Amino acid sequence: MMQLPESLPLWLGIPVVLLLLTGSIITLIGALGLYRLPNFYQRIHGPAITITFGAGCFLIASMLYFTGLEQRPVVHELLITAFVLLTAPVSAMLIMRAAVYRDLRNERKGKELSENLHDNMHQ
Amino acid sequence: MSRFLPSPILSLTLLLIWLLLNQSIAPAHILFGSVLALVVPLYTAPLQPVHSGIRKPLVLFRLLSWSLVEIIRSCVNVSRIILFQRQQINSQFIRVPLDLRNPAGLAVLSCLINSTPGTVWVEIIPETHELSLHVFDLHDAAWWVATIKQRYEQPLLDIFEAEAK
Repeated sequence: MMQLPESLPLWLGIPVVLLLLTGSIITLIGALGLYRLPNFYQRIHGPAITITFGAGCFLIASMLYFTGLEQRPVVHELLITAFVLLTAPVSAMLIMRAAVYRDLRNERKGKELSENLHDNMHQ
Repeated sequence: MSRFLPSPILSLTLLLIWLLLNQSIAPAHILFGSVLALVVPLYTAPLQPVHSGIRKPLVLFRLLSWSLVEIIRSCVNVSRIILFQRQQINSQFIRVPLDLRNPAGLAVLSCLINSTPGTVWVEIIPETHELSLHVFDLHDAAWWVATIKQRYEQPLLDIFEAEAK
């Protein structure tokens, strides 16, 4: 049998391991999305699952593990949860808006350019 | 009372954060946390012109639990699309007309929508007060508009703008 930390009982170890595995798989899928999806607007959705579900699994696992190990409730991971849920959406929104405005500007520039060419050709 | 304690919920939250950070409920931490909880809201009051109370905590609780389920469901969906979808993914911008005007309500709405994988908030178009939203895999735009209006916006209207009706 594997060497578990001495005071952590098996019934607590199993959910901790399952949560860590789930979190790792989700994080891997998120990274895979970032790598494989074809354009920017789709890639922004890949890491979102890492932030919510992946991080959530890790935080719950951490709470369970240290609660079991130290024989007292350890819940300050809740703070990380709260701060991630408050800050991650803001950064996602800022990145999204930056991309949208960049594309709008490029589109306008492209249009001006083709209009100029058009005018020049007819002069 | 209200001059020295402008927002009791904020003060209570600050105290709770302080105690969680220190992982202790010793009297010294409670004392210092209380000082922080009293002083910080007073000094940050000029920064936030919006004071909005939460009127229906139960509705807020239901909204948050429903969002949690929705986040997990969307995670599974997005993972499945990343792993198994071979054909073109139909990513689209959609527009949702909003009735919600309260800044705090809109902030909560944006956090919930952006936390849900598969949807990212772009902006509110000022002229029409429509929300522009990017959806990862769009099947039915009308379904999205209806879901956001019923599931997210209606509870937030109840919580933040109840007195207007």
